[in-house]
Amino acid sequence: MALKRKIAYIDLSTGDIETKVIPLEIRKKFLGGRGLDAYLLYNHTKKGCDPIGPDNTLMVSGGFLCATCASATARTHVMAKSPLTGLLGSCNMGGFFAPEMAWAGFNHLVIKGKAKHPVYLYIHNGEIEIRDARDVWGKSVTDAQWAIRDDLGDQEVKSMVCGPAGENLVAFANVMTGIKNAGGRTGMGCVMGSKNLKAVAARGTMDIDIAHPVEALEFNKKFIEHITSAKVSQTQGTLGTPFIWGATNSWGGIRCRNFQYNQCEYADDMEPERIDEICEETMGPYHMTGCFACQVHCRAQYKIPSGPYAGKYEEGPEYTSQGAFGGETDTPRALTVLVGNHLVDQYGMDNLDTGSIISWAMELYELGIIDKKQTDGLDLSWGNDDAVIEMIDRICYRKGWLGDTLAKGGIQASKIIGKNSFDYLIQVKGMSNLHSDERATPGLALNIALSSRGSDHLRSRPAIDLYHLPEDVLRKIYGSPVPYDGPLSSEHTEYIGKPWQVFWQENCYMAVDCLGICKYHTTFLGATLPNFDDWPKVLYYNTGIEMTPKDIWDVAERCNNMERLFNLREGLKRDDPEKGDVLNHRYHDEPTRRGAPEVVGRVIEKDKFLKMRAEIYQHKGWDENGIPTPETLKRLGIDNEPSHML
Amino acid sequence: MSKFLQINYQKCTGCRLCELVCAVFHDGKSNPARSRIKVMKWESEGLYIPMSCNHCQDAPCINVCPVKAIYRDEELGSVTVDYDVCIGCRTCVTVCPFGAMSFNTIDTKVFKCDFCGGDPQCVRFCDMKAIEYIDATDISIDKKREAASKLSKATKEAATLLAEM
Repeated sequence: MALKRKIAYIDLSTGDIETKVIPLEIRKKFLGGRGLDAYLLYNHTKKGCDPIGPDNTLMVSGGFLCATCASATARTHVMAKSPLTGLLGSCNMGGFFAPEMAWAGFNHLVIKGKAKHPVYLYIHNGEIEIRDARDVWGKSVTDAQWAIRDDLGDQEVKSMVCGPAGENLVAFANVMTGIKNAGGRTGMGCVMGSKNLKAVAARGTMDIDIAHPVEALEFNKKFIEHITSAKVSQTQGTLGTPFIWGATNSWGGIRCRNFQYNQCEYADDMEPERIDEICEETMGPYHMTGCFACQVHCRAQYKIPSGPYAGKYEEGPEYTSQGAFGGETDTPRALTVLVGNHLVDQYGMDNLDTGSIISWAMELYELGIIDKKQTDGLDLSWGNDDAVIEMIDRICYRKGWLGDTLAKGGIQASKIIGKNSFDYLIQVKGMSNLHSDERATPGLALNIALSSRGSDHLRSRPAIDLYHLPEDVLRKIYGSPVPYDGPLSSEHTEYIGKPWQVFWQENCYMAVDCLGICKYHTTFLGATLPNFDDWPKVLYYNTGIEMTPKDIWDVAERCNNMERLFNLREGLKRDDPEKGDVLNHRYHDEPTRRGAPEVVGRVIEKDKFLKMRAEIYQHKGWDENGIPTPETLKRLGIDNEPSHML
Repeated sequence: MSKFLQINYQKCTGCRLCELVCAVFHDGKSNPARSRIKVMKWESEGLYIPMSCNHCQDAPCINVCPVKAIYRDEELGSVTVDYDVCIGCRTCVTVCPFGAMSFNTIDTKVFKCDFCGGDPQCVRFCDMKAIEYIDATDISIDKKREAASKLSKATKEAATLLAEM
């Protein structure tokens, strides 16, 4: 059964490999995936270790339900200390890798040390082998995966790899699998590169017993119907995530020209319908694809229609690529987005960080903080499509002064560029904000300020706040499994009630990441989608483990606190502009200039923001400095960490 | 009246849920190596083709079986293995032109699609309808309609071109 999946400790410096059973007691405390990774990270990395040194430890995992008969259990989680932020490094991706690793006998890997030359790990039916990857080094994300298949003589092998960006130690390099499944943000591909670890390949034909197969199958059918009957799932399954871009840009929640505007004008060429048209023209009427066992199939397929990359097959673009290579840089053209998306996928580089850091450089260029001397003659004016594409290449291969500087990540680059460049860097805890603008949505602003891996929408975003749901509906969602009778507001511009919503979402997303299922199958974009109350049955039918909704909530809260403990240990300070729970001053000082009437002229009022922050600390059981109190740690059973139980 | 599985691979998203539910339904385990249906993939082209048993009329596996363990189920019309007779020689695996007969190394048995006794789970779970379970008499009616529609469209386009000349 799922509980039989093991953990392996791999030391790349010595070649030692040790495997262990994961005790049930640990499973019940942390489940798996991101939650157990957080425990392992705190227990297996030395305080203050160099993120790109051999002491950093890389966790690779599948969720607790990975590869069981539950819906969309495809997620792979990767964790380490981040070379981008110096704090928590953490990423999560779909595709087919983690289930293959589970069929090969493993749910968790703990990888230490540094190999003498490029290697890859091959995990096959209970065995792990360290293999020579010198012939694979230097290859793109997809070429590397196909080369590994050829090397092993098995076309069914699934690999997670780092691309050239990871090899070149770009601070925001991704872990990738398949064509575009990206473990993005915080530079986990860079950690792989630093260890000379090109890939982890898996192939498995071992059984995962299902505790109650008949019930699991029938419940899965109902569960899938629950998910696919939601309008939001159907729209995602037709247009992919670009549909979100369409809505948020017309409303005024998109960063344009770094942070100068909150809406990108003249963007018809990259509307979701236009992107869909290109997908249909190049791939036919059925051009959606999906991750393992998922019926939402939110990923589009396309071929680049023209230009130097014409005919190249790619998947996506997600709305994040529309924001990164269309919105922020003010190059709202489909071709730029499609090519930019293709390049970062092939290089294995985070689209959000790449787009954001290029648009930051463009603003610095406009302000004269950098000029053509630093750009090696490149004209970094707003709207210059060719410059955006060129910069992606320069960052990946660290070409020229600017390419090399930006590859170090925003905060390091701002120290090198100097002047007041830091003021313009839209980041939290050293990670670039995604392409969205949260000035009209205090709940979302609180989310990015508190997110454990830096500015991010996938850790605690109360996205349904934008739907103006009636208060009784909000109360139904946010009042379970832990009762809440405080204020809640249907108004997205309000500050009241948002701290609880962010706290609830944070636990919801952590639970999902521990279970190893996709966020599109929970209360993220769709208010009616499953959450805590629906998971105990899935857990029981598939694994035989009995847990209440509140038990799952407690696991999530415990794991969120493990991440906080790690961040605090590595230097997080509440008000530190580089490592704190704070927003860039522009959120407070520059009013929005475009968008819907209720969006124009908005800032995040600092005093109210600080009040929200103080309130969420209370919900979390943290003191006024954002440090978990001893009582909280005791209540969650993590008052003796590191406890080295695994 | 017997039914067939009709696979329209263009609709397949490649998610492999069919493989998961097939293995769980038949063996109570999650393991694609136990699935009667397998999605063959060419990821670099975005091409996914589910492969399963075609329940051939003149089935090579039935013809070749040295102990006559494979027969046609009268009710479902499916090509079926009688495990009381099967000796596990795997000759059927060798001759099947579609690779539809597999060999399970854990239970050391050959295995293949059996229409799940009349309610194929791969069909039940595929929301794209890339796999359908349809009456034998109707097997080509949709294709006829589609081809006819193309023919009609081409005729209209030709007429337009002529009118423009």
